[in-house]
Amino acid sequence: MSTKTLYDKLWDSHVVQQDADGTALIYIDRQLVHEVTSPQAFEGLKLAQRKPWRTASMLAVPDHNVPTTNRAAGIADPISRLQVETLDANCVEYGVVEFKMNDIRQGIVHVIGPEQGATLPGMTVVCGDSHTSTHGAFAALAHGIGTSEVEHVMATQCLVAKKSKAMLVKVEGALGKGVTAKDIALAVIGKIGTAGGTGYAIEFAGSAIRALSMEGRMTLCNMAIEAGARAGMVAADDTTIAYVKGRPFAPKGGDWDKAVTYWKTLHSDAGAKFDATVELDAAQIKPQVTWGTSPEMVVAVDGCVPDPASASDAVKRGDWERALAYMGLKANTPITEIKIDKVFIGSCTNGRIEDMRAAAAVAKGKKVAANVKLAMVVPGSGLVKQQAEQEGLDKILIAAGFEWRDPGCSMCLAMNDDRLEPGERCAATSNRNFEGRQGQGGRTHLVSPEMAAAAAIAGHFVDVSKE
Amino acid sequence: MRKFSLLDGLVVPLDRANVDTDAIIPKQFLKSIKRSGFGPNAFDEWRYLDHGEPGMDNSKRPLNKDFVLNLPRYKGAQILLARENFGCGSSREHAPWALEDFGFIVIIAPSYADIFFNNCFKNGLLPIRLAADKVDALFKAVEANNGYKLKVDLEKQAITAPDGTEYKFEVDAFRKDCLLNGLDDIGLTLQHVGEIKAFEAKHRAAQPWLFA
Ligand code: SF4
Repeated sequence: MSTKTLYDKLWDSHVVQQDADGTALIYIDRQLVHEVTSPQAFEGLKLAQRKPWRTASMLAVPDHNVPTTNRAAGIADPISRLQVETLDANCVEYGVVEFKMNDIRQGIVHVIGPEQGATLPGMTVVCGDSHTSTHGAFAALAHGIGTSEVEHVMATQCLVAKKSKAMLVKVEGALGKGVTAKDIALAVIGKIGTAGGTGYAIEFAGSAIRALSMEGRMTLCNMAIEAGARAGMVAADDTTIAYVKGRPFAPKGGDWDKAVTYWKTLHSDAGAKFDATVELDAAQIKPQVTWGTSPEMVVAVDGCVPDPASASDAVKRGDWERALAYMGLKANTPITEIKIDKVFIGSCTNGRIEDMRAAAAVAKGKKVAANVKLAMVVPGSGLVKQQAEQEGLDKILIAAGFEWRDPGCSMCLAMNDDRLEPGERCAATSNRNFEGRQGQGGRTHLVSPEMAAAAAIAGHFVDVSKE
Repeated sequence: MRKFSLLDGLVVPLDRANVDTDAIIPKQFLKSIKRSGFGPNAFDEWRYLDHGEPGMDNSKRPLNKDFVLNLPRYKGAQILLARENFGCGSSREHAPWALEDFGFIVIIAPSYADIFFNNCFKNGLLPIRLAADKVDALFKAVEANNGYKLKVDLEKQAITAPDGTEYKFEVDAFRKDCLLNGLDDIGLTLQHVGEIKAFEAKHRAAQPWLFA
């Protein structure tokens, strides 16, 4: 085959061996590790008396369980604490580099990988976490794996895999005012559904994607898994290379030049064949808001909560009815009339410096609405937090009534103390609105940081493209 | 890993699409550093009326009597009948651990999320894909017949219903072999140590910065 997709190139350059039925051993360049999905893998390694194949390929960080306030006091919940301590102990025992809870470099695993240059173009990246698709923004083949696979990669540096099909998601044109990578992601999921990408690796391309910053591309690839695709990716270009340059784990000296030459080949060749293609017009995408309990239950902010009577089949109608009951919403309610109780800005989807800036820009000189009980901003890493503070973003947000927290997953999945109470409604910049995701009975609406900050100020959703 | 070849098991129908891994095993139980013991908390938020936390005595908690897994007629079910996109969401292997620990051996659904699907095979669970209309027919049959059982034969890749209807299913040859023989993936991969080392040397020469 003379023309290759980016996915073909990444796959082909990592095949160690392949069976006739397509089952392959894929070499893994980087394994990121966090406390929730690694203890059983380390234990398995120990029980079988195996050693990690290449410790230097691993980078570990606790993120899911860490508190976002008063960190000096440690983790109050003994079970959470044990999980983080287990990670610390395993990293010491096996000599794995770890950014501990109080290290300035600590943060959400998918924020720190790129931030440190530990995620590089052309790499295969895995982590026991589905949002590993984030790293595909760097023209890397990156996807989430289960704990057995974490152990497998530790022990063999390889993953047993079969090649997926390739899907091209092409977004051409310019995004309108107030429309972000998050809105592209939600619009794509709204179009193809949460299973639309199952069995595929998605490449995002087109002028709207090339115009995105690396952070925007990470937001987009992060959500590929919510469309069912294990991997999302974007071709490497000057934006990619400029972002990577000078980061702690990035190549240096002669290696840098050699790497850049190689990275410039990491794009789909003209005429490369995809198994499926989806096209969107960037100019048509409006700020998105999810209304239900699956990311595909999404509409534009100027729309209304849909009516189950208009669902295409009985299973879907049942899902919509159940979702509306859970969300406490009535069919045909305009989205902008939905009042919120809490706001969460952060997560591996939208916890980077540009997200902090976007939130601060909206909040500047304003006040969080009286009906909003809590509006919290949780930077994705200690370094994002530091940068934001150097820019004075924390002061703007605090003055507006937001809480400014320490980095971690926080209320994205509420494994620490940050959570919704039953029935509370939240505008969240995270990636999942499943039942109970942000706390049992909690009601999540997924939006961009701009939309979340604007909702905090107004007390209900507002159309930021009209502000 | 547990071997699997034949099962004649009771079927329980879970009639909703997009059942996510948060629903299968809520996140508070992910704090465990063990691989076992998740069964009592499988579908925790649907199964119990109170809020579950690790360390609780689950036998004392109020059950949601309407939830299908709690109906007496489905007690002891080993086959879970489900809808589209089962197991979507996070990569947590705690989801198959919980299903396995609960007693399930086979899942039948029209489609699964990729990571969950993979994770099942590593834990002696067989996720079977059947066309949506066939799954629909099975839902009707289970609901209409008390004590409805299915025979699942992995060797023959066939499900047989009580009325004799046979449903053939596809399964990847490698995964089938691993399940039938209870093989451990790592042991299998380590038979290729030579190839891995040779690949690594070539890869290091081409992209030395990956090994810096
Ligand atoms: S921020 Fe949320 S989605 Fe991202 S890794 Fe943490 S828990 Fe998972």
